[in-house]
Amino acid sequence: MTTPNQQQAPQEPVPPQGPHAAHAPQQPPAAPAQPYGQPPVPQGPPPQQQWQGQYPGPYENQGQLYGYASPIPVRQANLGDALVSEWTKIKSVRSTMWTLGVMVALVIGIGLLVAVAVGAQGNEVHTPLPSFGFFGVLLGSICVITLGALTMTSEYGTGMIRTTLTACPSRGRVLAAKGLIFFAVAFVITLVTTTLVALMHSALLSGTVTDAADTGAWLRATVGVSLYVATLGLLAMAVGTLLRHSAGAVTVMLGVVLLPLVLGLFMFSESLEKVREFLFLYSIPSQLGGFYGTAVGDEGPTGWTPLWIMLGVTAVVMGGAYASLTKRDV
Amino acid sequence: MIEAAGLTKRYGAKTAVYNLSFQVRPGTVTGFLGPNGSGKSTTMRMVLGLDQPTSGRVTIGGHPFRELPNAPRQVGALLDAKAVHGGRSARQHLLCLAQLSGIPARRVDEVLGVVGLQDVARRRSKGFSLGMGQRLGIAAALLGDPQVLLFDEPVNGLDPEGILWVRNLMKSLAAEGRTVFVSSHLMSEMALTAEHLIVIGRGQLLSDMSVKDFISQNSADFARVRTPDTEPELREKLTAALIEAGGQVLPEQDGGLRVTGLPLPRISDVAHDVDVRLWELSPHQASLEEAYMRLTQGAVDYRSTADQRIGLHQQVPAGYTPVGYNPADSWGAQAAGAPQPGGGYGQPGAQPNPYAAPQPQAPPQPPRSPAPADLNKRDNEDAR
Repeated sequence: MTTPNQQQAPQEPVPPQGPHAAHAPQQPPAAPAQPYGQPPVPQGPPPQQQWQGQYPGPYENQGQLYGYASPIPVRQANLGDALVSEWTKIKSVRSTMWTLGVMVALVIGIGLLVAVAVGAQGNEVHTPLPSFGFFGVLLGSICVITLGALTMTSEYGTGMIRTTLTACPSRGRVLAAKGLIFFAVAFVITLVTTTLVALMHSALLSGTVTDAADTGAWLRATVGVSLYVATLGLLAMAVGTLLRHSAGAVTVMLGVVLLPLVLGLFMFSESLEKVREFLFLYSIPSQLGGFYGTAVGDEGPTGWTPLWIMLGVTAVVMGGAYASLTKRDV
Repeated sequence: MIEAAGLTKRYGAKTAVYNLSFQVRPGTVTGFLGPNGSGKSTTMRMVLGLDQPTSGRVTIGGHPFRELPNAPRQVGALLDAKAVHGGRSARQHLLCLAQLSGIPARRVDEVLGVVGLQDVARRRSKGFSLGMGQRLGIAAALLGDPQVLLFDEPVNGLDPEGILWVRNLMKSLAAEGRTVFVSSHLMSEMALTAEHLIVIGRGQLLSDMSVKDFISQNSADFARVRTPDTEPELREKLTAALIEAGGQVLPEQDGGLRVTGLPLPRISDVAHDVDVRLWELSPHQASLEEAYMRLTQGAVDYRSTADQRIGLHQQVPAGYTPVGYNPADSWGAQAAGAPQPGGGYGQPGAQPNPYAAPQPQAPPQPPRSPAPADLNKRDNEDAR
C-alpha cells in the first residue's frame, strides 16, 4: 500500500509548520488494492473492490487540497436517515421487548380480570363500557414511561450518545428522530392493546353493562388514551435527556405520575383546599381517567382536554431537553 | 486537516486544556501523546464538537465539526471502545450508525470484514472483549470512509497481532492521503506508527514536531562506560577525570557509568590519559520512551510512589545502609537536571529526588528499605 514516496517520509524531517501542500501533491493516487491494510483474518477479496472503478484519487478543489476522497457516493444525510437509524436502534435492544411486552400483558391481563370480576357479580353496572380499560392502562403507562426514558438515557449510560452525535452532529435531528420513532412505537402498541381490551370488554360485558357508549367514547378510550400514554412516554424521554440517567429519569417520572395524588391525600388543612383540589383533578391518573369519563372530580379535565395539557407540558420539557442537548457537553 | 487555535477547556476550577494550538496535516499519522489526565481525550471531544471549548476554536477542514456538511462522511472517530449499547449486536450497532449517516448498508459488512468481526457480527457486543470492542470502534470510525480519522487509544486491549494490524492500518490510511490523529500513552507504539508528534502535559502543548526531531531534541544520547569491577578506585578516578573534561557522569546500579556531554573518542582519550582501562565503552541512543519521560516529567498528574509498608518491615539498626542502594541513582533524576541534595553522585544515603518519575528502567528497589532512608523520603515528600 505504501508508495515509495511515503516510505521515505519518516526518514526526512518534515518542517513542523511547513505547508502540507509543499509535498502532498507528489503523492500519486494510491491504488487501493486493499485500502484498509491487512485484515487480521485471511479472507477472500474484500468486497470494497466494487467501488474501485470510480476512485478519483486526491484532487484539488478551489485551491484546497483534499488528501482523500471516498469512492462511496456521498449523500447528505437527513431526518429520514435518522428515523431509519432510530427504528433500527429501538428494535435491536431487548429493553423495548421487555417494557412493551410487560405493558401489553398488564393491560390485557388486568382488562380480563376486570371483565371477569364485573361479569361475575351479576348486577347491572352503570358505567360506560370502555372505562373498564382504565386500570390496565394506568399500570401499563409506567412501562411506556420506562421505555421512553431508556430511549435516551441508555445512550448516555453506555456512552453510545458520543458515537451517535459524532455520526450526526445535529442534536435536533437526533432528538426529533428519537422522539418520533418512540412516539410511533408506543402509540401503535398502546392502540392495538387498548383496542383489544375494548373489543374484549364489549364482547364479555355487553349483557351486564347497559349504558350505551357512543363512538366518541370508544375513540377516546382507544386512540385518545394511546396518544396520551405515548405523549407521557415522550415526556419521560425529555426528562431522560435532561437528567441523562436511567434510574433518575424513571424515578422522577413515577413521582410526576403518583406524587400529586399522594400529596393531595395528606393536605387536610382548610387553607390548602384549593391546592388539594387542583392536585386531585390534574394528577396524571385522573387526567387518564378523564378519557374514560371516570375522573376523580367532576370539574377535572374530560374529553380530549388531558391530551392537550400533556402535549403542552411535553412540548415545554422537550424544548428544555433540546436546549440542554445543544448546549451541554456530551 | 485539523486546526486548533488557543483551545481552552475548564471544568469549574480545573483547567483540562489550556491554550492549545496545533495542526494535524493529511498524509501522515500524527501521534497525540500525554500522561493520563493531560487532556488528550478532552481535546478529542472538542475536535468532535462533543465538548464546547471554554475559549479558542478547533476546526476540521476549516469548519467547526458541528457545522461540517456531511460530517460522518468526512470525519470518523473511535473515542471509547465501550461507547456502544451492549445489548445491540455488532452488526446492528454499525447498521444504525450507517443509516444515521446515509451510508449504504452493505458498507457495514465491508467494515466488519476489515476489522475481522464478521464471525461475531450477530453477537451482542456486551460479551465482547476489550480488543473486540476496539475493533468494533475502529469499524465504526471507518464506516463513512472519511478523510479525517481520530483514534483515542486504539491499541488498548488488543493482542500483539491486533496491535500490528492497527499500526499498519493507521499507516495505510495516512498513505491514502487521509488525516490520521491517534492518541496514545504508549511511546513505543507511537515511535513505530506516527511520523509527527503532538505532546501535551497538564493540558498544555509541550511539543509539536516530527518523531525524529522529537527524539533528538528531547533526549541526550549517552555513553556507557565500565571500568574493571576488580578495581573500584579506577572508577572514581575516571569519574573525576570525565567531570573535569566537561562530561556529566551518572553511576549505574551495576557499577557502570553513564556519560553525557562527551563524544566516545574523547571518553577513550580521557581514560587513556588517566591510565584507566575500560571494559566497556558503548553508545546508547535514547528511545522515544525516554524522550517522552523527560519531557512530561513535570506534567504528570497521577504519580505512583513506592509502597512504604511502614510499620510492617522489621526495624533495621540505625545507620545501616545496604550496599548498592542509592535512591538518587535514577536516569530520570539526572535527566531532569534536578538539584541533587546529596551533593555527589552515588553517595550512599543521598536523598531521593521527589520529582523523579518512576522509570521503567530504574533499578528495582530492595523490598525492605532501611528505616532512616524511609524517614528521609517521607520528609522530603511532605516538604513538597
